Formats: sequence, structure tokens, C-alpha cells
Amino acid sequence: MDLAELHAIAERERARRKAVRVLCCTSSGCQASRSLELFHQLEAAVTATGQDEAVEVASVGCMGFCGQGPMVRVEPANLLFERVRPEQAPEIIAALAGQPCSVERGDPNHPFFTRQMHVVRRNGGIIDPERIEEYIAAGGYEALYRVLHDFSPAEVIQEITRSGLRGRGGAGYPTGLKWATVAKSPGERKFVVCNGDEGDPGAFMDRSILESDPHLVLEGMAIAAYAVGAHEGYIFVRGEYPLAIQRLNRAINQARKLGLLGSQIFETAFDFKVEIRVGAGAFVCGEETALIASIEGRRGQPRPRPPYPAEKGLWGFPTLINNVETFANIVPIIENGADWYAAIGTEKSKGTKVFALTGKVRNTGLIEVPMGMTLREIVEDLGGGSPDGTPVKAVQTGGPSGGCIPARLFDTPVDYESLAAAGSIMGSGGMVVMDDHTSMVEIARFYMAFCMDESCGKCVPCRVGTVQMHRLLSKIAAGQATPVDLEQLEQLCRLVRETSLCGLGQSAPNPVLSTLRYFREEYEALLREDAAASANGKP
Amino acid sequence: MSRITFATVWFGGCSGCHMSLLDLDAWLFDLASKVELVYGPLADQKTFPDGVDLTLVEGAIANEEHLALAREIRRKTRVLVALGDCAVTGNVTALRNLAGDPSGLLQQIYAERGDPTLAVPRAPGIVPRLIERVTPLHAAVPVDHFLPGCPPSAPRIRAMLEALLAGAEPSEIGRFG
Amino acid sequence: MAARTLTIDGRLVSARAGESILEAARDAGIHIPTLCYLDGLSEVGACRLCLVEVAGSNRLLPACLTPVSEGMEVQTATERLREHRRAIVELLFAERNHVCAVCVASGNCELQNLAIQVGMTHVRYDYLNPVCAVDISHPQFGIDHNRCVLCARCVRACDEVEGVHTWDVAGRGIHARVITDLGVPWGQAETCTSCGKCLLACPTGAIFRRGTSVAELERDPKRIAQIVAARQERW
Repeated sequence: MDLAELHAIAERERARRKAVRVLCCTSSGCQASRSLELFHQLEAAVTATGQDEAVEVASVGCMGFCGQGPMVRVEPANLLFERVRPEQAPEIIAALAGQPCSVERGDPNHPFFTRQMHVVRRNGGIIDPERIEEYIAAGGYEALYRVLHDFSPAEVIQEITRSGLRGRGGAGYPTGLKWATVAKSPGERKFVVCNGDEGDPGAFMDRSILESDPHLVLEGMAIAAYAVGAHEGYIFVRGEYPLAIQRLNRAINQARKLGLLGSQIFETAFDFKVEIRVGAGAFVCGEETALIASIEGRRGQPRPRPPYPAEKGLWGFPTLINNVETFANIVPIIENGADWYAAIGTEKSKGTKVFALTGKVRNTGLIEVPMGMTLREIVEDLGGGSPDGTPVKAVQTGGPSGGCIPARLFDTPVDYESLAAAGSIMGSGGMVVMDDHTSMVEIARFYMAFCMDESCGKCVPCRVGTVQMHRLLSKIAAGQATPVDLEQLEQLCRLVRETSLCGLGQSAPNPVLSTLRYFREEYEALLREDAAASANGKP
Repeated sequence: MSRITFATVWFGGCSGCHMSLLDLDAWLFDLASKVELVYGPLADQKTFPDGVDLTLVEGAIANEEHLALAREIRRKTRVLVALGDCAVTGNVTALRNLAGDPSGLLQQIYAERGDPTLAVPRAPGIVPRLIERVTPLHAAVPVDHFLPGCPPSAPRIRAMLEALLAGAEPSEIGRFG
Repeated sequence: MAARTLTIDGRLVSARAGESILEAARDAGIHIPTLCYLDGLSEVGACRLCLVEVAGSNRLLPACLTPVSEGMEVQTATERLREHRRAIVELLFAERNHVCAVCVASGNCELQNLAIQVGMTHVRYDYLNPVCAVDISHPQFGIDHNRCVLCARCVRACDEVEGVHTWDVAGRGIHARVITDLGVPWGQAETCTSCGKCLLACPTGAIFRRGTSVAELERDPKRIAQIVAARQERW
């Protein structure tokens, strides 16, 4: 495989395309609303109307507006259909010829679409993720070619560093710095690991990226491997994402067949093979040391850091671990340059971020916006506010490790530092909108139940402390708690945050702390002043 | 010097802590010179009086009578001490919590395995109803001092009483069990 | 080996490079409470009792796993640390059914000793009262999960010293339990050599020799380190 061959594949793919493309989303969300059946019905309708020469139906990845799925888009007319039922397929095909059509029409000029900026989701809903040809026709694997031929590993790292990219898994660690550390760590072998164990309630960014554009992640990983000197990679995907696993597997096989993964990629000395590891359902395996243990075949539980995986990771070798979305940013940065990327976003948070916008919001789905957009713009302009007009009360960001930001702080720009200052975190990108009907105590209790169930059980404060916090939250929610209980809850929050072994435990109190910070009155309204009823501890 | 009022209470426990108290032997005369025993298994008094200076509670909170009396005692006592492991932790008394709801346990003990009359005895007003879960004393009412042990030895009870009578903070906590 | 000088609780202490804060503190006669740590076994940093404050770090660090460094300033017993330790021991007592009065290890139990050390007068949290099994399928030994604190010392002693790995942990969170082989009763665990090292390593009365009373109880966790040291000298 060389560049000419790559271009030839792209050329053949473009020549193959038909004048009209009917794009049907077959990602998990739309599949749950029968979009696979819809896809087949669309194909049948094209054949039935004798339009096979001019019209093709393509199975594509996520278009983002998941709440309105299944989505169908027609190119080049840019027609958008929403909530399409399989039996409506003939109507849509007939509409191509100008017939009237009763299918719900979407507005491609809706702010939900126009306010977005697609960097990592640029192929989402446009290409068929199961065909490498389409990815190549969209310019795929050229960045890898350029890197292998025109860049030294150090230059790649320099480019990533200059772009200002920070880890999209949640903590926001500078990606270039992490790569540089792994590159400098001595080791006979090195590994690149993609963390696809996305597990925050309400988060589905990584699933969508893997389902919609798996090659973008693979190419990013290959570039990373070249930069840090690794030849082996693992993608750790949670078992709850069967479609992502299936499409990744297919993508890996296709890339391997074309010589884009494996030995002597692009006829250089660079080898890189990738394997998938399927998670067995433990949220804690998203923690990098637990993830490593799981890949090694051991019980998925964290160990204290240091040593960090960059020094001692898989089987003790230097290991680069980045999240799916981080790897998906690499190709666009190489293609367009660090300066282009650094011009997007804010001073300290560069680029775009994908969010899963859910909860009490009119427009539910996946959005990719430049860093620095305010929560108000996201919730009101893109999200369209709450569905029934009830005032929006707060947004929860960062999943069980994050916090709730009240509506009065909605002018907060979405970047790592501002969200942290507001008592939450960027996290991996879950964004759950809550309105005035939502009880913040119940929200805190929900997230605590999640952490309690997902604690691995290794360290005492997380294993037992989360259970005790959940009991206290339940007691408060049931109106049976006293001020002493609330005091004990806050004391436990401090304990679990300061003494837990890994990030899961350390951040488990965050939803409680942030709701206490902004909605303390909701807790206090539920307390009763009955000193005799409960008196754990001294008076 | 006027004597302070002193009470001891026996809740869900084996009375071993009271036995340990009696093990103080001759020192009980010294104690008697400093306190007036106003309530408890060792005194002939049916109701808990007002304004008690110091109360030692043995045993866990296991039934409705314990719970009601604990609250009454707390209201009427200046310094409340949890005496022994059952009052401090629930201990053996609380092992019945593992069997869940007490009604099933009573059914099993009285009806299925024991009494030939095959019925759970009921005597409203005489036999108090078991509460759902046995708890330590401090889960029911605020407690000022804790003296664990099963039972706490006589010298440790004495050390605590001496400190409290001298108006000092008891220092040694001692061992559970 | 190179030496390092650091201060622990304001005292100047010298230590070998690569030593942990815990080892350095012990040599200097400064006691830091531990539970999952056992001489001779690898460190896992799970119990969080040995957390210390180190100047320049905003996180609390486990003394058993943090190597000393030159000029390091360590505090082992600040008010905050003492409060945390007490709370952690209370959490352990509330987690399972530690009824000291009827435990074979009473008076010879590290958890019980810790309660005294950290000044635990009572447990402020609700007792969870879980129903835990007692496995006496093994002819010589038994395990009472009511007493288990999940320190995983048995797991490491079996894996690292006996080289068998009969023990492991299954389940997660509050439902985590130590298991033998793939969760079979101990008596059916084919890998078990009945060496008794898990019994030596156990800090509480969870693993016990069947038919022994308190008076006959033999438990000397130091022997694990002696076995490891003896082997190192021999090989």
C-alpha cells in the first residue's frame, strides 16, 4: 500500500457513488427504533421504483439528533427526515421524485445542527462505518501516511503538544505531555491503549464515535503508536457496546487487509497491530490501572499510582492510555495542523468537545461544540430548553464524578477550568439537564447508588463509605433524617474524597457536594428536628 | 458533701455488666458514699425519676419499651454512659438482626421449633414488642461516654466512675469484647 | 545503598533509598497504623489506614507504598489523619458482624487492636448486618466471612509465598468476598495445599483452625516474613 494506491481506492469509491444517496442512521440508538428494518425497506423501495441506477441507500453512523431518530438524510438535496418508521420508506423514496410526503421533516438549519462544529464527528452520519473505502474516500489514512513519511516521532508529539489537545476522558491531562512521557520511558515493548469503557450514566459519545467512524480512532492510535514507539495496541470496549465492537472488529480486519495496520504499514518499518478487549461490565475498568489489570486478565481493580502507566503499564511496560475521543482528534490535528486546532476553543481548553445532551431537554442527542461555548447556549439554543417549558434548574456534567451546575451559572463557559471552578468536571461529556421537578437529593442519591454498585471493593472508604452515604441520602430523601445525619454525610464526603484509592472513590462524593453547595435548602427542607429519633454520635 | 443521683438501666443484655459492677466489692461502699442510687435493677423504684446526674445503661435497644425508656432517660439524665458492648455496639443482642424482621424469628422459635402450643406468645402491655432492628444505645439517643467490654471489668468501671465523679474526662477506652 | 534524610513528625530520620515511608517510620520507632500491610507480602494500599500527609502533595499518600525521598516532610498523625483513621475503622466494624464477644480471635485481633489504637469509642455509622457465610468444608480450617475485612492478606500469602493462588476476591463493592478457587467451598478447592499460610496472615478471626479455642489460638503474622526471609537466604 502506498499513497497512489490509497488515492486509487478513494477514486474508485467516488466513481461508484450514485447521484442520490439516502443515508439511514444504523447506530445503536436508531436501531433500537427499528432503523435496520427501515434501511432494508428503503432499499426495497428504491428497487421497486426502478431507481437502482441513480439512487443508493447507505447505512451510516450517528447524525447526532438521537431523540428524533431514526434519522434519514438525502444527499445532495439535504433533506432530513425524523422519527421515520420502516413502513414510511416508500413515501421517502417517492418524495425524491417530488411526491408529497407525510414523514416528519427535520430542519438542517436548526441551531442544533448549525451551532455545532464537527471535528471528531465529521464523518458521523455521512459515511458507512463498515466500509473502509468510504473512510478513505473522505481522506482517511492520509494523515497516517504523512506522519510515517514526513514526520519524526518527536515532530508528531510536538504537533500534538502545540495543538493544546487535552485528554477527553475527563481529567484533561495534556495529551502531548502524556505522549512525550511514554516516548521517553525506556522499555523493550510499549503499548497504546484506547479506553472505550465509557460508562457514565447518560453518556454515549464514545459509543457513537466507535460506531460511526471506527477508522478515525484506529488511525489516531496508529499515529500515537508511531509517536511513542509502540507496536501493539489494545482497544478496551465495554461489553455493553456490541455494535461498536462489531464495527471495530470489521474495521481492524479491513485495515489489516489493506496493510494499514499490521506489519510494515505503508511500506515503512513501522508495525502496529491492534486487538480488542471486551470489558465485562465493570465501570471501574475505565480507571486506567483497573483497565490495565483487566487487559492482563486479572481482576479489574485499580492500584495506587505512581507508578503511572506511562512508566509502568501493561505487563510493566510503558503504556499510553487515551480515551476514544482523544484518539479521534489526532487525525484532524495532523491534517489541518496544530495552529488550526489551537485556534478553536479557549486559551486553556482547545478544540471541540462532544457532549451527550440528555434529560429534561427538548433536543436530545450528541453535539460537538467548540470549547468555551456557554452552558446556556448548549441547553437553550442547541437543546431548546425543557420539553414542557418547566424552568431548567441545573445541568449535571461529568457523570458520577461530576456535579450539578445551577441555572444561575449557565453563563459558565464549558472548559476544564470553568467547570471545575463551578464544582463539577468536564468528565467524558455526559450532560444531563434537570428541571424544577427534579429533586436534587434524589439526583445525589441516584449517583451514589451508582458509585456504590460500581465500587470494586478494594479500598475501605469507597467500599463501605459509599454504602453509608447512600443510606444517609435515602434517610434524608425519606424525610427521616436529622441535622446530625446531614453533618455525618458531609463528614463521610470528606473522608471518601480524601482517602479513597482511585478516582472512582475520590470523586464519588462530588454529586453530593455540588448539590449541597447549590441546593442545600432542598436537603434542609427534608430534615426534621427530632433529636431523639436519631443521634449517631455525641449530642 | 451531698451525693449525686445515680441510676443503672438494664436493656437488651445478659446483665453481665451489672455483675461486673457488683464485682467492685468493697469499693461499692465508697461509691455509696458519693452517689444515691435512684433507679435500676438493684433499686426498688418503678419509674425513672427526674434530674438524675449519672446513668449507666447496659444492653442494646431491642424492643419498644427500651426505646421509650431510653428517650425518657435521656431527657432526665445529665450524663449518660453506654456500659458494655451491647449498649455500645449491639453485640450479641444485635445478632438477631441477621435474621431480618423479628416476626419471622419469633414464629420460628416459638411456633415451629419450640412450644407445644405452637404460638408466638402475646401479652400486650406486659411483653413489649420487638423493634425491627436492634441498635446500640447511641443510635437511639445521644450518649456522653462509652465503656466497651463484654463485660467491662470492674476496675475499668471503677476508673470511669472515679473520673466522672471527679468531674474529669474518662481517659481509657479499653477493649471491645 | 544510598541514604536519604527526611523528617517524620518533625523528627529527622534517615532511610535507605527505595524504602517506603512506613519502613522508615518503623525504624525510627514511629508507629503508623496498618491493616492490609504485612511484612513479607506485596503492598496493595487498600485499607487506607497508613495514609500520611507529605508536604508539597495535596493528596494523602499511603505510607506503605510511597518511597522516601531526600528532604521529604511527613506528618503521620495530624488531627485530620486521626479522624480519618478512626472513621475507616468504624466503617469496617459497621460493614460485617464483628461481635468481639463471641470471636475466636478476641484479644488477638488486629482490627480490635486498631479500634483501641485509633480511639474508637463507638461506631457512628449504621451497622449493615449482612448475612455472611461460614465455610467449614475444609477438614482443618474454616472461614467466617463475618470477620473478613477484605485486606487480601490471605490472597497474597497464598499467591506470593505458597505460590498457589487458591484465594482470590470475587464480586464487587460491598458484595466482594474472598473465595477459594473459582468460588467453590474451601474443602473442594483442589489447589489448596492446606499449608495454613492464609491462617497466619489473617488479621482477624476470619480464617481459623477448626476446633481451636481462644486459648489455643496460634496466630503469628510475623512468620510470613520469616518464611520469605528464610527462602531468600537459601536461594
